[in-house]
Amino acid sequence: MSEAVADAVLPAIDVPPRKRFSIGRYASYLQALPLAVILGMFLVLPILTIVMVSFWDYDSVQIYPDFILLNYEETLGSWVTWQTYLNTLRYTAIVWALTLVIGFWIAYFLAFHVRTATMQMVLFLICTVPFLTSNIIRMISWIPFLGRNGLINQSLMNMGLVDRPLEFLLFSDFAVVLAMVHLYSLFMVTPIFNTLMRIDRSLIEAARDAGANSWQILTNVIIPLAKPGIAIGSIFVVTLCMGDFITVRFMSGGQSASVGLMIANQISVLQYPAAAANAVILLAVVLLMVACILRVVNIRKEL
Amino acid sequence: MTKDKTTSTGGVSRRTILKGAAATAGLAAGSGAITGFPMVWSQTPIVLRQVGTGVSNINAIAEKCKADLGITLQMTALDSDAAAQRTVTQPDSYDIADVEYWICKKVFPAGTLQPMDVSKLKYFDKIVPLFVTGKLTPDSVIAQGTAPHTVGFVEGKDSKKFAKAPTGWMTMVPTIYNADTLGIRPDLVGRDITTWADIMDPAFKGKTSILNIPSIGIMDAAMIMEASGEIKYGDKGNMTKEEIDKTIAFLIKAKKAGQFRAFWKSFDESVNLMASGEVIIQSMWSPAVAAVRSKGIACKYQPLKEGYRAWGGGLGLAKHLDGKQLDAAYEYINWYLSGWVGAYLNRQGYYSAAMDTAKQYMSEDEWGYWVEGKAAKGDILAPDGKVMEKAGSVRDGGSFYERMGKVACWNSVMDEDRYMIRKWNEFIAA
Repeated sequence: MSEAVADAVLPAIDVPPRKRFSIGRYASYLQALPLAVILGMFLVLPILTIVMVSFWDYDSVQIYPDFILLNYEETLGSWVTWQTYLNTLRYTAIVWALTLVIGFWIAYFLAFHVRTATMQMVLFLICTVPFLTSNIIRMISWIPFLGRNGLINQSLMNMGLVDRPLEFLLFSDFAVVLAMVHLYSLFMVTPIFNTLMRIDRSLIEAARDAGANSWQILTNVIIPLAKPGIAIGSIFVVTLCMGDFITVRFMSGGQSASVGLMIANQISVLQYPAAAANAVILLAVVLLMVACILRVVNIRKEL
Repeated sequence: MTKDKTTSTGGVSRRTILKGAAATAGLAAGSGAITGFPMVWSQTPIVLRQVGTGVSNINAIAEKCKADLGITLQMTALDSDAAAQRTVTQPDSYDIADVEYWICKKVFPAGTLQPMDVSKLKYFDKIVPLFVTGKLTPDSVIAQGTAPHTVGFVEGKDSKKFAKAPTGWMTMVPTIYNADTLGIRPDLVGRDITTWADIMDPAFKGKTSILNIPSIGIMDAAMIMEASGEIKYGDKGNMTKEEIDKTIAFLIKAKKAGQFRAFWKSFDESVNLMASGEVIIQSMWSPAVAAVRSKGIACKYQPLKEGYRAWGGGLGLAKHLDGKQLDAAYEYINWYLSGWVGAYLNRQGYYSAAMDTAKQYMSEDEWGYWVEGKAAKGDILAPDGKVMEKAGSVRDGGSFYERMGKVACWNSVMDEDRYMIRKWNEFIAA
């Protein structure tokens, strides 16, 4: 909890230090207190509980307070875990690359091709319209669309393009990636659009005056300045993909595994300590990935 | 001010940590730390909170119970895993647990349920012997797996140990059960399906499915594997590690070869897979077959020569029940077995635990169709009045005795449960 307090208070330290006691100094602590309490109770404490339980023992009905490393040994020592992580990372990498290209494309169009601010906002809001329905409904609605007797297959067959239904469309890696890209692209669009809007247009004019062509402007001016947005969007997409279990379950028809799904399976058979150990490992991996992203792009400096 | 701040944060964190510790301690103890629910409700009408699997948590039952007994039933429907979890980890959140017998084997030893006094059960002698001695008829063979009678009784009032023979203390009163088999699309399979092994026919490649609930899925897999002649199990319901290894290896091979289209976990998924034609032969539950048929799509609950995989559920009493609440719970259970509910469940294609009492509430034609396996004389209606089966149709699998008499194994929980789950995860990840 003290870490959370320290973290939340950080910006306030920028105030020039004064020699004498001032009420302002304590006011900032007080201001940070509610957030610290909420984060402490609903984030730090549950995570500590998960870490604690991950060392406990269990059988099919109960869990027993203990300190054993068996849960970690079983998790890390099994090829299933490694294969599942590999599979999850594969989904994450593909989805990240696709959402990055699509997200940047859309954001670029909104920021530089749409001239009026009103039109920009209107188009941006249109992007968010699908989010008015639930995540799961948007995902499940793909199923009748992609199925063996679904819309796509029927259309293709009626047009005579294929003589038998394409089976890879549903309950496959393709379906999983498609649904994830659909669900998560907006998380890439929003932060990139935000940074692109902040780019000083005179920089682009200056680059053009200096003789740069459009491609050079894009790679030397716009993309470097959009890095914080790309980083924030990447953090969203990567963490969402790494933790996903419902998309993988429905779109792969239960044929593929993800780390989240593995944890959900363990919880459903009351193996809380094993699930907790798995969750701790997943948390460490995701934090590491986020740290890597932040290492490449300093969000604070460039915002 | 500094002081204020530290004390307030300190207070909050200390309190929350204590709270967390209490919660985890409660979880670990498995039984409610808070027993003896205060009887502040004694002046108000009795409310019983029932958690259980979706199959028997039916609103019509709650309404009828209110009308007949004045007891308000608050039902929460969960999937089997969640129901098992709830029963063990949140014993104060319910009064009646409506769970399956294999769950009972898992949860009763945790001590969150109390045994029932048989002498208070009015219709005990009407309960189908399957749940008492394990034999449907005196010369039946007891099926493999967690047969309900093996976990139906405990040794005494405060015992958590299952008794070998019937005693005066019952763990759960049976309410609902059925025999499961494979569902098929007769219009699409194009041949007769006679054995569990038919699901592995290369002709159905990419058009089959089994369910992804490890404890039940492994049983279907065992039926399939034994029927294919790959293995002969000692007890399908309690496999050894080698048997589990072999079964999972067999499944992984089939999965890699593309035999399965999908694995389903919920009732609706199985209905959609079948109705959309994604799958033409799969593990299925009886009402799911009815749901596909009600869309006007042909679907058959195919009896197979190796027999059925059966399951059964019952009502258990929460440990904390006492006084008036406990009396009300007994009253509710007696009412449950008195016939109206039994008839209602029979009409859904399940079986009631007290067949004789249910018969009084069913028409002769209904009884003939659902229980005796006779051709329906008139249209068979669902409880909501919709036509379920046209006149002249015969129930798949025939009569009660034909179906429940051919049970090959019961849903179960194995001694090597933990190992089995791990291997099952390998199958899904493979």
